[in-house]
Amino acid sequence: MTRASVIDPISPVVTLDRASKVFSGRRALDAVSLTIVPGEFVAVIGRSGAGKTTLLRCLTGSIPVTDGAIRFGDGELAGLRGRALREHRARVGMIYQQFNLVKRLRVIDNVLIGRLPHLSGWARWASVARVFPDAERDIAARCLEHVGLSERAWQRTDTLSGGEQQRVAIAKILAQEPRIILGDEPVASLDLANGAMVMETLRRVASSAGVTVITTLHHVDYARRYADRVVGFRQGRLVFNGKAVELTDRAVVDILGESRPSDAAIAPVLAAEPRWATS
Amino acid sequence: MGDLVSGPFAAIHAASVPALPPRRSELGRSLLAAFAMALVLGWAGRVIELRPLELVRDIGNIGVFLKGYLHPSFANIGEYAWQCLVTICIALWGTVLAAAISIPLGLLGARNLSPHPAVYFVTRRIMDVLRAVNEFVFALMFVTAVGLGPFAGMLALGIHTGGVLAKLLSETIESIEPGQVEGVAATGAGRLHVIAFGVVPQVMPNFLSYVMLRFESDIRSASVIGMVGGGGIGFYLWDTIRSFKDREAATVILLIVAMVMLTDIVSSRVRRAAI
Repeated sequence: MTRASVIDPISPVVTLDRASKVFSGRRALDAVSLTIVPGEFVAVIGRSGAGKTTLLRCLTGSIPVTDGAIRFGDGELAGLRGRALREHRARVGMIYQQFNLVKRLRVIDNVLIGRLPHLSGWARWASVARVFPDAERDIAARCLEHVGLSERAWQRTDTLSGGEQQRVAIAKILAQEPRIILGDEPVASLDLANGAMVMETLRRVASSAGVTVITTLHHVDYARRYADRVVGFRQGRLVFNGKAVELTDRAVVDILGESRPSDAAIAPVLAAEPRWATS
Repeated sequence: MGDLVSGPFAAIHAASVPALPPRRSELGRSLLAAFAMALVLGWAGRVIELRPLELVRDIGNIGVFLKGYLHPSFANIGEYAWQCLVTICIALWGTVLAAAISIPLGLLGARNLSPHPAVYFVTRRIMDVLRAVNEFVFALMFVTAVGLGPFAGMLALGIHTGGVLAKLLSETIESIEPGQVEGVAATGAGRLHVIAFGVVPQVMPNFLSYVMLRFESDIRSASVIGMVGGGGIGFYLWDTIRSFKDREAATVILLIVAMVMLTDIVSSRVRRAAI
């Protein structure tokens, strides 16, 4: 797999140092040690309850680890609250299975939500009434153009298809200028064609900006195709950590604990030359 | 063709009946509930001196009473019409005041938005008090402060309706989609931004609709609040009935009916156009 030209990565090194999370006696994360270098595209796979979501929630700072540490660069995530937590969240771009856009707002306003943490002074107050400086609106327009949805700018967001909404969510992340992107099953509720398009868009923007992406994925084939690295979780433990090309069928069985119905249906969709690599 | 479609289903339908788990009879419970309800209703009927036969026997008295109302007087209709307008203005400002009161209360009294359980509890109790105390009682209270007149009536309506709208708003907020809020909060946006972008767009249509509905009901309340000195047509309603000016009272009642019907029609049109 060829990588798009990577400009200087802006992401911090993400380090998990024997990180554990215990929920009422159950170890959702069990002494996970992992280092993610800037600009990497990491797919997280595992069955339901394997610890994928717990990992993401620890990375966003919404829950603290019980033992060990998670670091972004030199900064530790333990005990982030209030303003510090909000600043951390501004550095993390989230993309969700259910898109989590504000449905009744226009598409462009959802993109502008990504600009909120960047506003200061009067612009910050004016934005409460959805009044944004022209410069901010220009940024949002460019981000929307980047995911190919300019003509949808004034539509109500819930009139868009699922795939389009997820691309709006990506435009919102572009506007937010995060240092790292976290994905929580971003393509699980999309059909194959739309899922592939969203993954390609995500891959393209991440590669060109040099931003780290850590995303959970249901489909092993998506992970193989779009990720640089795959980490596999089983019962809270890290059981696979390697390049995407090293993810053999044997390794998949080890992670998921059983052979799954063939992913053959997805193969033709993903067989085409990836667009992110050429653009 | 029919066979092709029905074939597989026919096999399912023709299969032997499986043994479902035994079903508990609910007849006993239903009978008990009906008996309890009858007991409560019977007792409550005694309390309110329910005597349907008297109503049938003396129904003619109502006819005698109403006879005076058959010839409404139009001598003072100008003044009454003006007081109807005053009544509408009381309801209008009362509803605006109520909406203004309900926004902070509704935000603090929504479980998913309240900064602290104690704040939630106190806010909910404030709402309870505002709703439980009738607007007439509030009117008597405000009359002592600002004197007789529409201002006191408007304050009374606004305070009471504010409690009602706050409860409706907080419950609307509690039923919003958390994902949309999370999507805003995840950008690191502050509390005010999360409310403005994640919450307001979700609750706005319902809230506007509630405000308009309460305006309609505030018109009805404002039309009687004059009885306790709160201004508007209610004063004349009270005065003409109490001094047995039947023909005048008939005019006032007719005007109130017309006003309520008119505002309901206009308000529901606006409500449909706006939402």
